[in-house]
Amino acid sequence: MRWLQRNIRPEQIRELSLLLLIVVAVLFFGSLIDGYYTSRTFNRIAASVAIITVVAVGQTLVVLTRSIDLSVGSIAGCTAYFAGSMAAAHHDLPPLAVVLIAVALGAVMGAINGVLVAWGRVPSIIVTLGSLAIYRGILIDYSGAKTVTTDSLPAWIVDLPRLTFVTIGNLDIRAMFALAVAIVVLFQIGTSFLNVGRQFYAMGSNPDAAHLIGLPTRRIVFSAFLLSGALSGLAGFMFLARFGNITVEAARGLELQVVAAVVVGGVNIFGGSGTVFGAMLGAIMIGTLEQSLFRLQISEFWRDAILGLLILLAVASDAVILDRLRALWARTDLKLVTRAEAEP
Amino acid sequence: MTLPPILRRWETLLLVLLVAIGAVNIAWSPFYLGVGNIVNLFQLSIEKIIVALTMTLIIVNGEIDLSVASVMGLSACVAAYLFHAGIALPWALLASLAAGAAAGAFNGFWVAYVGLPSLAVTLAGLIGYRGIARILVEDRAYGGFPDWFNALGQQPWIGPVTVSIVVFLVMFAGVAVVLHGSALGRLVYVMGNNVQAARYSGVRVKRVKLLLFTASGTVAALAGLLYAARLGSVRGDMAVGFELDIITIVLLGGVSIFGGSGNLVGVGLSILLILNLRNGMGLANITGNTQTSVIGALLVLSVLVPNMAQTLHTKWKGRET
Repeated sequence: MRWLQRNIRPEQIRELSLLLLIVVAVLFFGSLIDGYYTSRTFNRIAASVAIITVVAVGQTLVVLTRSIDLSVGSIAGCTAYFAGSMAAAHHDLPPLAVVLIAVALGAVMGAINGVLVAWGRVPSIIVTLGSLAIYRGILIDYSGAKTVTTDSLPAWIVDLPRLTFVTIGNLDIRAMFALAVAIVVLFQIGTSFLNVGRQFYAMGSNPDAAHLIGLPTRRIVFSAFLLSGALSGLAGFMFLARFGNITVEAARGLELQVVAAVVVGGVNIFGGSGTVFGAMLGAIMIGTLEQSLFRLQISEFWRDAILGLLILLAVASDAVILDRLRALWARTDLKLVTRAEAEP
Repeated sequence: MTLPPILRRWETLLLVLLVAIGAVNIAWSPFYLGVGNIVNLFQLSIEKIIVALTMTLIIVNGEIDLSVASVMGLSACVAAYLFHAGIALPWALLASLAAGAAAGAFNGFWVAYVGLPSLAVTLAGLIGYRGIARILVEDRAYGGFPDWFNALGQQPWIGPVTVSIVVFLVMFAGVAVVLHGSALGRLVYVMGNNVQAARYSGVRVKRVKLLLFTASGTVAALAGLLYAARLGSVRGDMAVGFELDIITIVLLGGVSIFGGSGNLVGVGLSILLILNLRNGMGLANITGNTQTSVIGALLVLSVLVPNMAQTLHTKWKGRET
């Protein structure tokens, strides 16, 4: 027990139990659905998880700083449509340029949110509830309710979802899923070991203290929203590649799945605790549920009800169970310290 | 340069804006001042402004309820589902009000007794209650209600005034009495200002919060039923996104998102302002979608402008001394 407490933190126990829950869910669906353990199922889940994960990484940074970004679905929709119509109009545009256009447009939209939250001191829920409506409105007006269609897109975008990055056994790891994992690894390292990354945690744990020790609190909040916007832009491009047909309704409601992934993944809604890796686990859990319920055909109509319940349980278990565990850990630390002092 | 206190009030600004929008509307359209248009102006958003009244109580209390639009959809779907399962409509309506109260009480339980943030709980509610509504009606549309139910939403009752408008007026008076004339109303403000201080003063914080969320759910259910009566049919995606308008109305009315301040006069003016703005934009042939963008911008501005004004005011004072 003491070994456990010395080497594992309560937050890690939470992530491990989520991992266990995912395994249980996969086994459960595997026993109900014929031919569940195939590379086709894996790819279908991975394609959905990849998009949610990329946005969830940005959302994690925002939630860490005690904010929330509800505009990610609208940003992804805008960038998917805009990048799609650019690529359709100019077939000779290099792939990297299309991706950069999407990311840059997302970053600008995120920056607008960030300025209003950090310097305008408007609560993030208000700003992003507003920009959720405004960005979607701009998209509908700009597009004139027209649709980007698959056959108008250059071939490289249409083929991208089936592009395989590496093959392990008979599992093909697609390039888009590999990209999502790479982003998670990059941001996990950044937030664990780099100064700029730790600042997000400092800001979320105690904004006043962060300000007093001289951290640029406003710039931290701003960069969280900027990154969230940029990653949503990237996700918008992935959305374009995955579906090809982009209507003005593209990615509507994505914010709910993403916030669900982040909260289920153990990122505290009060800020200051949680990891990018946890958010990815949350995304995998939600992607698995979504795609498997779809296969089960007890109707996709159950999806939202289960998602809502999952968020509630995640938040409640954080508040009730995790707080007890933290207290237990703190007591043991205290015991160890006093014993060390008593011994000569 | 100091303005007299009455001119510095938020409500004065709202009144000036309201008069300006009214003047533009009158100049724009000869139909604007007709009784038909005025009734219509209320009628088109009546469900939202009914829910905005209980939302005022919740936000003054320092909480937020994002699930109201989903509860509206849920109540309509419960009523339609039970009615088509062969239960008499009055009982179905009663059951759907009970479902709304239960949904609100469920939110309230987690917020008040477990101590979870209302933002997270009601976000889960926003998704989950919509999910239950979808399970009940799937992708069907239920219609064929008895005439008296449809008349509830559309038929003029007293003169040109419909039942929904009467419900709104009665509720406005009721909420005004509760918020500004009762002990409960004072508790709502005290808790919004400082919930710790309220708890130490012996206020039954948990019970008040549970009561407010239950009221919010019940009123949202009532509004959902009135909406179903007005449309004459029920679908799973009814009232999606209504929380944007509802929260905008309350915050534009000068209620602080941090709780503890704001009054019903401001909210009343803000209701008139938003209704006239939407009506005017409609008369000027601006699409519903652009209208929603404008409402979104108003939401952000309604918090940004007072913030900026306060910052400037503080700087001004610093220079004087």
